[in-house]
Amino acid sequence: MSKDPALAKEGTRHGLSPARVLDLDPLLDDRKTRIIVCCGSGGVGKTTTAAALGLRAAERGRKVVVLTIDPARRLAQSMGIDSLDNTPRRVKGVEGDGELHAMMLDMKRTFDEIVEAHADEDRASAILNNPFYQSLSAGFAGTQEYMAMEKLGQLRARDEWDLIVVDTPPSRSALDFLDAPKRLGSFLDGKLIRVLLAPAKVGGRAGMKFLNVGMSMMTGALGKLLGGQLLRDVQTFVAAMDSMFGGFRTRADATYKLLQAPGTAFLVVAAPERDALREAAYFVERLAAEDMPLAGLVLNRVHGSGADRLSAERALAAAENLEEPRIVDQGDGKAGLRNSPDMYGSSESPAAESPASEPPASAPPAPDEGSPAATQDTERRQDPRQVSEQEMSVEQLTAGLLRLHAERMRLLSREQRTRDRFTALHPEVAVAEVAALPGDVHDLAGLRDIGNRLAAAHPELPEPDAGV
Amino acid sequence: MSRLQVVSGKGGTGKTTVAAALALALATEGKRTLLVEVEGRQGIAQLFETETLPYEERKIAVAPGGGEVYALAIDPELALLDYLQMFYKLGSAGRALKKLGAIDFATTVAPGLRDVLLTGKACEAVRRKDKSGRFAYDYVIMDAPPTGRITRFLNVNDEVAGLAKIGPIHNQAQAVMRVLKSPETSVHLVTLLEEMPVQETADGIAELRSARLPVGRIIVNMVRPEVLDAAELELVRTVPRTAVAQSLSAAGLGGARRGGHAERLVDPLLAQAGEYGERYALEHEQRAVLGELGLPLHELPLLAEGMDLAGLYELAAELREQRMS
Repeated sequence: MSKDPALAKEGTRHGLSPARVLDLDPLLDDRKTRIIVCCGSGGVGKTTTAAALGLRAAERGRKVVVLTIDPARRLAQSMGIDSLDNTPRRVKGVEGDGELHAMMLDMKRTFDEIVEAHADEDRASAILNNPFYQSLSAGFAGTQEYMAMEKLGQLRARDEWDLIVVDTPPSRSALDFLDAPKRLGSFLDGKLIRVLLAPAKVGGRAGMKFLNVGMSMMTGALGKLLGGQLLRDVQTFVAAMDSMFGGFRTRADATYKLLQAPGTAFLVVAAPERDALREAAYFVERLAAEDMPLAGLVLNRVHGSGADRLSAERALAAAENLEEPRIVDQGDGKAGLRNSPDMYGSSESPAAESPASEPPASAPPAPDEGSPAATQDTERRQDPRQVSEQEMSVEQLTAGLLRLHAERMRLLSREQRTRDRFTALHPEVAVAEVAALPGDVHDLAGLRDIGNRLAAAHPELPEPDAGV
Repeated sequence: MSRLQVVSGKGGTGKTTVAAALALALATEGKRTLLVEVEGRQGIAQLFETETLPYEERKIAVAPGGGEVYALAIDPELALLDYLQMFYKLGSAGRALKKLGAIDFATTVAPGLRDVLLTGKACEAVRRKDKSGRFAYDYVIMDAPPTGRITRFLNVNDEVAGLAKIGPIHNQAQAVMRVLKSPETSVHLVTLLEEMPVQETADGIAELRSARLPVGRIIVNMVRPEVLDAAELELVRTVPRTAVAQSLSAAGLGGARRGGHAERLVDPLLAQAGEYGERYALEHEQRAVLGELGLPLHELPLLAEGMDLAGLYELAAELREQRMS
């Protein structure tokens, strides 16, 4: 490697094969893509990404349903639906021949529907009125994962949509929803359920003796622990649900297989921050371990700069350069306080005094046109009093612009480092970068804009009017 | 100052960081604090740059002035066995339960029970006393589930007490609720100056209040420094491009003439300032919304170099200065 450390560093960066670019339009256009699952840690824009992808796919001619888990009210409103519910609603204002439907998972409703659909009337009402069921279905953490998978299975079975975009629950451990079927399975295969189902069967065959001792101790322990009435509630619940458990498992297994099938694409969503990308790396590994088809990484809120050839260091030096004359001018110990506006109200900085003293747009504050800038600068150093107030405020502003730029460049390099680390670990993962938006999404146009950003190869060169 | 400090917030707002900084701040001057993680993400270990935390209270940092920060990552399964042992003396029956898959059931399939264990364990640490009768920890700080789930999480024992109307579980659930609904507890919400987290904070506070859980403070995290003020932002809109170009040129960034280096910087720099302005306005709006919630507000700065251990101490010092601790 080069002896120059700086060059060596550069070399390493370029030595990394740049991340493959994830091209989302072919994925959305491919009729064989039937399910897109967006997963990622909380607060990275997962739900918004799902909605934007759904809209884009619909506007490219597909019939799409977006299943959101817990959308912010704003997002529901951005799709023109004030409150999303458990039934897919058609979103108005979608351009083109496609259709977009959106819904929000209602855990309790979904659970109730399953009970109603799979148990006869008496049994269903016994379950629905069971206190243990009521609190289980009302949405303790965990129920959400089962119900999301159930709903996905239902939507797919209805076959009304040719593309389902799913947002995943903000799970405590990243991929809880993948574990749901397995957990249910291990519970159903376990002995506990037999204990709960058949406390009366205890006693009898000699070969079962050890287990029987265990079981009577068990029911005793459970009774002591839960209190007799709760144990009865749980037993009634399990007994009533018994006939349905098999169905639960069959469907959960089927949904799990559906996720592994070729028509499914997983998108891991992240932001270029350390924690989010660490979580993303975990998702990528976990999906691979489960044989789930990963389409790529959507990296939201990536910053760019149209002036990225000007480094943070040079920008700061230049800003100081502009501020220097006034520091000299101000004399005594106040120099260091230059940046706090309330400290120099008495100085000649018009911006700090009042906005009214700003130059009107029509009156360019430019001084004598003829003299080159460099000479002006020297002159100013010699006699600061010749500098007009307007010019001072422009200089102050320019210094501010440069400081802002320095901050942006630092952010850029931090994001680049985080991204490089991810790419080094997972060079196989294709990445779609989405340029950061200054504000939130409020309407379909906002979602469409995000869709455009998602599909654009690179955020570094945005259209000037995109405001990036 | 409440002895149990619960820190929640929307995902991505940095609640783990704030909880850790608070644990450090409260430990300053010889106090002992326990930082509890309930979501099994090992975020605390990563922040303090230590190895994976076991289910064991372990000293992870020393605070200025000799205080100590302990950390505990609660593993629901071990917590259940712990709990059975502690409250019901069910040692061998506990093992039988495990054999039967009851522990799996309790901690994963019936997820409400998991929350019971997590809150129960935290409250146990709050109440624990050493041999001399002093509290084992001066403060317990919980890195809690996100805002959307916090009320249900903290209230789970109310639900349990309703389900199990008698027996040890009922009593235990009530004991936990007594701690959580008393002034001994304080629930803080972490937010960013962005629309969605602020909205979620407002909703979360309303929910907590209607469940009669004690709401503490709002901590605005990752606040960016003010680079341009309102007057300068106004000027951004009106300033002639040539004047900026000349200024840049004067600063030594190349020619101000059309196509010169300085001139070509003007548009991108003004565009960045425009974006900044948009954000600035949005932040002011959101600050006003937060102000209307009637809770003490604290602000923590965005650390330019990203979050690391040094940054954590910086934030802790900031919290102390703002008298959050």
